[in-house]
Amino acid sequence: MIDPIEPPRRKNPLLRTRLPTSPPRARSRTSHGFTRAAAEGRFMLQRCEGCGAFTYPAREACPCCLSDALAFVDAPPRGLLLAETTAHVPSDVYFRERAPWRIGLVKMDCGPTIVAHLHGDCVEGAPVRMSFQLDKSGQAVTFARPEGETPNMADDKQWREMTADPRFRRVLVTNGRSAIGREAALALKVAGAKTVFVGIAEPWRPFAGEKLLQGQDGIELVSLDAADEKSTRNLAADIGGKVDILVNTTEYVRPGGLLDREGTSIARDEVDQAYLGFINLAQAFGPIMRMRGADGINNSVAWVNILSVYALANWPAFGAYSASQAACLSLSHCLRAELRPGGIKMMNVFTGPVDTEWFQTVPPPKVAPRAIGQAVVSGLKGGLEEMYVGDVAEEIRQRLAANPKALERELDR
Amino acid sequence: MTTSLRTPYDGIVMAAPVTIPYVRYSIDSAQWWIGRALSALVAQAGIKVSDIDGLCVSSFTLGPDSGIGLTQHFGLCVRWLDTIPLGGASAIAALRKAARAVQARDADIVACVAGDTNHVDSFRLTLENFSRFNQDAVYPYGAGGANSSFALIARNYMRAFGVTRADVGRIAVAQRANALRNPHALMKTPLSIEQYLAARPISDPIHLFDCVMPCAGAEAFLVMRDETAASLGLPAARLLSTIERHNAFADDPMQVRGGWAMDIGELYAMAGVKPDDLDIVQTYDDYPVITMMQFEDLGFCGKGEGAEFVRQHDLTIDGDFPHNTSGGQLSVGQAGAAGAYLGLVEGLRQVLGTAGPTQVRDADLCLASGFGMINYDRGLASGAAIFAGTSR
Repeated sequence: MIDPIEPPRRKNPLLRTRLPTSPPRARSRTSHGFTRAAAEGRFMLQRCEGCGAFTYPAREACPCCLSDALAFVDAPPRGLLLAETTAHVPSDVYFRERAPWRIGLVKMDCGPTIVAHLHGDCVEGAPVRMSFQLDKSGQAVTFARPEGETPNMADDKQWREMTADPRFRRVLVTNGRSAIGREAALALKVAGAKTVFVGIAEPWRPFAGEKLLQGQDGIELVSLDAADEKSTRNLAADIGGKVDILVNTTEYVRPGGLLDREGTSIARDEVDQAYLGFINLAQAFGPIMRMRGADGINNSVAWVNILSVYALANWPAFGAYSASQAACLSLSHCLRAELRPGGIKMMNVFTGPVDTEWFQTVPPPKVAPRAIGQAVVSGLKGGLEEMYVGDVAEEIRQRLAANPKALERELDR
Repeated sequence: MTTSLRTPYDGIVMAAPVTIPYVRYSIDSAQWWIGRALSALVAQAGIKVSDIDGLCVSSFTLGPDSGIGLTQHFGLCVRWLDTIPLGGASAIAALRKAARAVQARDADIVACVAGDTNHVDSFRLTLENFSRFNQDAVYPYGAGGANSSFALIARNYMRAFGVTRADVGRIAVAQRANALRNPHALMKTPLSIEQYLAARPISDPIHLFDCVMPCAGAEAFLVMRDETAASLGLPAARLLSTIERHNAFADDPMQVRGGWAMDIGELYAMAGVKPDDLDIVQTYDDYPVITMMQFEDLGFCGKGEGAEFVRQHDLTIDGDFPHNTSGGQLSVGQAGAAGAYLGLVEGLRQVLGTAGPTQVRDADLCLASGFGMINYDRGLASGAAIFAGTSR
């Protein structure tokens, strides 16, 4: 049974902040098939196309028939915990500070035997469900949990190292003027966040849904215009040390591509808001978040971007907007690498057209802002790195994997 | 009894057992330790460096060198050279290869040597870079190293066969008693079963006295034909049989037996002896539970009877089953790949009657085994050899 985690006490300013360390990071190239699985929250193993055998760890040839056709495919995640051990004196700094640390050997129903991190409620001889998670060095690791739900399951010490659960944490949602920002703030509060700071540019201007946020216990409206470097610096000076999760909901959607627009003024606004806004936020909040990666129960854990799925493949009808999103996507990979020493997760939530005014002329299906808010919470709880919200985003993901050229031609309609 | 179709090791002998006394930490390199062992080999055998025409080297900390770099480093001109990276099975593998080389006259005198240094950070670096499967799928899980991997094996084995820590502890306690007679053992204080049981946990059920102490050191011996030994006037032990096996029983979900179990019939058949005939046994004791497994797999008792076996026997030098007479790695220390040689070299001293304070009276027939390379979830390499002294 897992004891519920206690709400963290106010931080003693006289004590040194514990600095983040990383678990062992070296992996073979092939092993990054699991990184992809973990990023998307899937359980995938290599399966031989020759003889059908599942295999683990990552291999270059099948141990049953020597075929090299070992594709990573979704695999049944159930297994049996054969034996466990608790490491009391690990040789690596990260684990040494977190010892005792429990691991076990799991015989998967589909064949392979897997060394895994264990949830505290796993019992020797009992079934477990296996998942791939991203650890504090951003690498994929296997994690075994009991088959069913157990009390306070998400509060398990080792599980919390793999996730970015909002419970007891303080979150900054960067743009509360948008429906997505508002829904994200509300969902995070419901998920147990201690405080949700909601950025509002030009607070004197009224906005839709203002009433929903105002006066809510644990929701605090703060002045923030991401496109304005000074505004982001000022806010970071105030609350930078208590942002454990940052949800970048900054958005600027305008239709049109290149030839039907005159000049660069709209493109400049798109870049100012989305791309330079991202840079301002990263420079203001990134360094302190990275430094606070091991700062207790409410350590800093995650940065979330809400991105258009057309960051992955340009949609000419919103062509310049797609390009600004692609720039943000590329920048997110840079930020992920730079936040990695702090163990901070960088999650991108990809969405299709959202049910808001700027996509008014686009036919359904469109994504409800509420669904995006809920996706942010579930992604943080699962410790994911990539999420696709709604049917359009999921379809684009699949079509891109199947044939990028077909997707490019077909988006031109 | 199984019959062996393999070519017998007629006339193949081992001589000049060398141990360079271990130290916990060394600022010297593996090359230095191996150099000391070669120097001692030459001195003890009364030969010239140029008489060595075959070299076989094992080391974890020699990088970036392998055997070839050592030939120039030490001024050796050999016509047969091997580097064996098999961890705890390196000595048996080296002996097997060297024996066939001198038998086929590809070489006349092969120096088999293993040595490792131990800098303050060596052990952690070895753990981090041990193998690809280890790097991908073991080390990132708590970084417990071999302790955690063997803890899983030990826990399963002990539960499956009703083995207690007190049973396993008998092995460690007996070896400490042996070590107190070995001036070179790093562990110099007596160990009681109560102290063994009260030790702090490292990775359950592995506790402090189940673990070897990483250290620096080197071991070596020579392999040649008996006429070579005779012409040099060297006392030598006759090699009777060997086995080697890798990745055995891959379908066992967890390791409860090593590769010995596959080949044990042949080991005794080739030597023409029975387990009861052996005077001394030197097992690979990276953990005492692995030694218990070897007692079963090497034919001293049935599977699952290891605990009862150690309860029924006295494993000390003066006991009815003299085992790991130098104190083994558990009490002497584990000098990297030299740990593989420790039992074999001590066994050689025993059958040659030169073991000094740890000498077993009338020891003539010895079995030494090796075990190594926990690549992922189990030790992959196993081997064993039987050899006899001059009186047989």
